Amino acid sequence: MSDHEYTPSSKFGKWFNDRLPLLTLANHLSDYPTPKNLNYWWTFGGILTFCLITQIVTGLVLAMHYIAHADMAFSSVEHIMRDVNYGWLLRYVHANGASMFFLAVYIHIFRSLFYGSYKSPREIIWILGIIIYLLMMAAAFMGYVLPWGQMSFWGATVITNLFSAIPLVGESITTWLWGGYSVDNPTLTRFFTLHYLIPFLILGLVVLHIWALHVPGNNNPVGIDIRKPSKDTVPFHPYIVIKDAFALLMFCIIFALFVFYQPNILGHADNYIEANPLVTPAHIVPEWYLLPFYAILRSVPDKLMGVVAMLSAILILAALPWLDTSKVRSAVFRPLFRQFYWILVADVLILGYVGAMPAEGLYLLVARVATAYYFAHFLIILPVLGWKEKTTPLPLSISEPVLGGSPNFAAARARSNEKLENTVK
Amino acid sequence: MSKVKITFFTILVSLIFLNTSYSAEKSPPFLETKWTFKGLFGKFDRASLQRGYQVYTEVCASCHSMKYLTYRNLAEKGGPEFSEAEAKAIAASFEITDGPNSTGEMFVRPAKLSDKFVMPYANEQEATAANGGAYPPDMSVLVKARQGGADYIYSLLLGYSEPPEGIKLDDGVYYNKYMYGNKIKMPAPLSDDLIEYTDGTKATAEQMSKDVTNFLMWSAEPHLEQRHKTGFRVISYLIILTILVYFTMKKIWSRVEPKV
Repeated sequence: MSDHEYTPSSKFGKWFNDRLPLLTLANHLSDYPTPKNLNYWWTFGGILTFCLITQIVTGLVLAMHYIAHADMAFSSVEHIMRDVNYGWLLRYVHANGASMFFLAVYIHIFRSLFYGSYKSPREIIWILGIIIYLLMMAAAFMGYVLPWGQMSFWGATVITNLFSAIPLVGESITTWLWGGYSVDNPTLTRFFTLHYLIPFLILGLVVLHIWALHVPGNNNPVGIDIRKPSKDTVPFHPYIVIKDAFALLMFCIIFALFVFYQPNILGHADNYIEANPLVTPAHIVPEWYLLPFYAILRSVPDKLMGVVAMLSAILILAALPWLDTSKVRSAVFRPLFRQFYWILVADVLILGYVGAMPAEGLYLLVARVATAYYFAHFLIILPVLGWKEKTTPLPLSISEPVLGGSPNFAAARARSNEKLENTVK
Repeated sequence: MSKVKITFFTILVSLIFLNTSYSAEKSPPFLETKWTFKGLFGKFDRASLQRGYQVYTEVCASCHSMKYLTYRNLAEKGGPEFSEAEAKAIAASFEITDGPNSTGEMFVRPAKLSDKFVMPYANEQEATAANGGAYPPDMSVLVKARQGGADYIYSLLLGYSEPPEGIKLDDGVYYNKYMYGNKIKMPAPLSDDLIEYTDGTKATAEQMSKDVTNFLMWSAEPHLEQRHKTGFRVISYLIILTILVYFTMKKIWSRVEPKV
């Protein structure tokens, strides 16, 4: 945490704080200097915390009524929908909450990509974020299995079968994951246990994520280092709190529209058919938020290489702070990067789209090109851009416009530091 | 920048367009009918639900189970809303096997409100064997288990016709233009005046299809009315709160700079 001193005003407060400095923590959180130019893309951190808490609370109550047994899971979900007081609301909030969680996390990730929030000194925050994202995918996948519908069962079969691609030990690993020789009751019970565990792991990582954030402080749309606190910052409370609250409410309105008026539109109809190991659905598709990776998986003809490609597509993000060689953080000052950024966004959307389509003909071709481009973006375009691109001049501070118009970042930075030192003197 | 954005949105729009053309080639557009349960304040047509129950019990129930429904549901708010006496009478018209009693015997008794809907077959295997190898699916959540929902079920019920030239059908297989693959093992279940409605409505095939689909929509979403009602309140509340918070935010941020 920051090194600022805080003394509670009351005697008891002081006594307590000397033993457990919770009040110092609260004071740090409310005073935390935040760049004043944060735009609404920065409100998704708070929104994501809200999503996590919502999932944990609704999930807790659902778990009181759900039965993790292959013969009873489907009917216990129907019991929740029909007979549990507000069970329909809990389940629809939880199911759509997962989608809203991913919507928010994708915006959060793409915000980082645009404004270069993953760059030094924020690499650890970024990597923690990638781990959280991976755990989210695991939790969401296992959660989707729990209602024990057709998509649950066959989705679980397809995904767990991926492990059989590992040479030598693949088959054994798959059997070990299943707890048997096919997806069955032991698979369901362990998925339920893990689905219950992972959110709390995520919660712990979120604490670390925020802790790591509070060391260097927030990045900002201009992407320059700022002195904290200064006239470029505002205290977290009330300025950022109220802005986050406003954005969260807007988000909740969209959330509520799904829950109350289109609760099943993001799911697949087949999941209202009870799991049947003897009948394979015509198309097995994962939930929408996993589609881009599903497309990458299917675009590689070899099973093992497909799995490797899919995992690399996520893990490559962890190397991003070192793949992006540009010293300028914000895309606002990187005209070329900005264009490639939007192409990447389109590329991921295209991958998501072809992921939902059958892997054949034109769809497969598009998936292959888009997959190749996805990797090219991170492995070729970003490293090359870093030293080829001519960036536009950076401002010296958030409050002041660009002075002199120096195209050289280092020079601008040096001048900025000089100026700050002068003001301190 | 703007050029890239234009390309970006062109791709998005063409994706949406591609998507519709892709799904359109699979089956003809569904038959159109007006559902009262759609929309912000959508509610079920009570009389239609009651007629729908009659269609279910007199026609569908001979093959299709509805194992997640309970007789008390028929009298519950937001459903067909039969009176409690009517629901009790409906339940009592079915017999269920209960037990074991204190001497260890199973016994048959009339169903009560707390009993689940009686199933036409003892198990899935019996149902499959009795229907030429095709299991008549349980209809409790059928509307939600089919792409297209109520529109699909309604269209399917009316989608039977002679097969077009060149398509040969095996015995016990029928042609239906809305069915996936166009082949269905259920013969056309509804025809004009198949049943006699107790409320005197003329029992055309369209009327019965609509009523029974309404009933199935309710059975899949028994809390739909409450959901719509709560949803409207929640969203109204959120909108008002959002506006208030917006002005609070403006006020607070005006200390720093006028533009948030």
